[in-house]
Amino acid sequence: MSTINQPAAPSRLAVPELLIGIGLLACAGAVAWQTLAIPISPLYSKVGPTVFPYLTMVGLIVLSLLLILAALRGGWQPEEEKETPTDWKAMGFVVIGLVANLLLIQPLGFTAASVIMFVLVCYGFGSRHTLRDVLTGLVLALAAYFGFAKALGVNIGAGFVENQLNTVIDAFTSTLGG
Amino acid sequence: MDTLSHLAHGFAVAFTPTNLMWCLLGTTLGTAIGVLPGLGPALTIALLLPITYQVAPEASFILFAGIYYGAMYGGSTTSILLNTPGESATIVTALEGNKMARSGRGGAALATSAIGSFVAGTLGTLGVAFLAPVVVKFALAFGPAEYFSLMVLAFITVSAVLGSSSVRGLTSLFAGFVIGMIGVDLQTGQPRFTFGMTELLDGVDVIIAAVGLFAVGETLYMASRRYAGKDEIVPLKGSLYMTAAEWGRSWKAWLRGAAIGFPIGAMPAGGAEIPTFLSYAIEKKLSKHKQEFGTVGAIEGVAGPEAANNASAAGVLVPMLTLGLPTSATAAIMLSAFQSYGINPGPLLLTTQANLVWGLIASLFIANVILVILNLPLIGLWVRLLKIPAPQLYAGILVFATVGTYGISQSPIDLVILYLLGAAGFLMRRFDFPTAPVIIGMILGPLAETQFRRAMTISNGDWSVFYTHKLSLILLTLAFIGLAGPHIWAFIEHRRRRGPEHVPGDA
Repeated sequence: MSTINQPAAPSRLAVPELLIGIGLLACAGAVAWQTLAIPISPLYSKVGPTVFPYLTMVGLIVLSLLLILAALRGGWQPEEEKETPTDWKAMGFVVIGLVANLLLIQPLGFTAASVIMFVLVCYGFGSRHTLRDVLTGLVLALAAYFGFAKALGVNIGAGFVENQLNTVIDAFTSTLGG
Repeated sequence: MDTLSHLAHGFAVAFTPTNLMWCLLGTTLGTAIGVLPGLGPALTIALLLPITYQVAPEASFILFAGIYYGAMYGGSTTSILLNTPGESATIVTALEGNKMARSGRGGAALATSAIGSFVAGTLGTLGVAFLAPVVVKFALAFGPAEYFSLMVLAFITVSAVLGSSSVRGLTSLFAGFVIGMIGVDLQTGQPRFTFGMTELLDGVDVIIAAVGLFAVGETLYMASRRYAGKDEIVPLKGSLYMTAAEWGRSWKAWLRGAAIGFPIGAMPAGGAEIPTFLSYAIEKKLSKHKQEFGTVGAIEGVAGPEAANNASAAGVLVPMLTLGLPTSATAAIMLSAFQSYGINPGPLLLTTQANLVWGLIASLFIANVILVILNLPLIGLWVRLLKIPAPQLYAGILVFATVGTYGISQSPIDLVILYLLGAAGFLMRRFDFPTAPVIIGMILGPLAETQFRRAMTISNGDWSVFYTHKLSLILLTLAFIGLAGPHIWAFIEHRRRRGPEHVPGDA
């Protein structure tokens, strides 16, 4: 992939860009499929709910064909992006962290799931102070839970950690009050 | 005269202790997220959208506007000291600003950008106050057909004219249309693009879209390119006080920058890139110190673009408040905040919501004063924020992304959508697709559809309304020129001399 300096030369097919073009064409197909699934009431036959979806579909098809054409002519990814190798390991850890968060947020609650995600993402980005990251993540998740979510009135659901802390806070306030 | 009395009333709204507090909170938060790489005003305002269920509209818009202005100030600090422009609008600031910092004049660069931002921001806000009522008078004559054509023009300028490729910009825009159409069609009650999933009937929340593209996508992107090398922070050196010579070289650049930035921002085109690049080119041409450009850093090259940037940010509020036409991702998210209150921005907004609009404009003047104080004497505080290490910063961004998304309905499906959009955002960064048109398409697309159907209903299904109405025809013609003009031009150039075919990205 080390194609440095090839200005204007009739370059060859760029595979990643081609895949993007084809993927977009598939999206246009999905749009077509979903548009056909929209039931049309005869009352709105003139400008019903399908007119815009069809316009969007046509637009997407044209654009994806133009992208495929550009890919066949050598693609468009900026040189600077091409020259930077992808750090798959770092990305892998971030993805694992995100998936762990998705799977654990219901059984363990927000705080615990967030700490696990935080540590995995930090590790992916090259931090090797795992214990410090656990503590930072815990403080940040609790700040997000009690500061941000409560202040905004967002209900994010309580898990194990939140329940324990809420009991402690309730006990504390009741002793102060009584 | 009318405007002045409205403004006086607005200041009465803005000067209540609670609203001053919201303004202070917004500007502080805005500066912080402007300084931090990876966080921008669009993402922050999206995360704070739930606040619209809690407080009065005045309070939340004063908060959002403070964040919006603050991010502009904070962004320049990062550009000057770190050479990593947080936003496309501050790319030019980094050109000369970072050179100045490296040659030991970082203090003066920060000072001229903060004071320039203040001058231009204040002039721009004045511009909003005086131009908005004029645009309203004009906009009252708009029917659905004209609105639709105006939105088409905005779509074209935002996605196809700005940015490096019109095909990729339009692709982002159309992707936004698809996301915006997911859910129940408001006019007929038919579900669209739901793939039979009940979770999608309510549509994709703008919070999820913004957080997915800007937070998750950005984090994946930064993780993927750790090999790209890091920019080091230039330690802040030099006095924050500008010398008489530096003042002399700055003030004209500020005024010129403001004069370029505001009109371009106020057009339905929007975008801060063009005015900043334009201002930079003009300052370079007019400067008596041309040898400093690109070598030790010229102060005009910081002062002009920074002023243009802030004036255009103010200008963007004109079409947004008077026509309900957002031309940046941040403005689009602010529009969805209006929708959350059941308020429709448009020509009637200035009369029906006079408290809100004039309170907001007045608070922008106050925000500018607070920001110049926050960003000059307290600059050391913000420099320290730059030292937050990347691992913890991006991991933390993901924690807040989770709160914002999962908090909407505690549904893991929302997280799945978030991650899918994050993956899309990553690919878009990697393959040079602009992300802002997605958000604009998603929010403005359904509004355009409503106007389109309204126009067609009024005309009884006759498509000709869009070109028999004179104004509508003019707007559509402009849109066509915007779309086809550069290509025709490139074709002529290509025929003239067979040069490289791709268009330079900095236009």
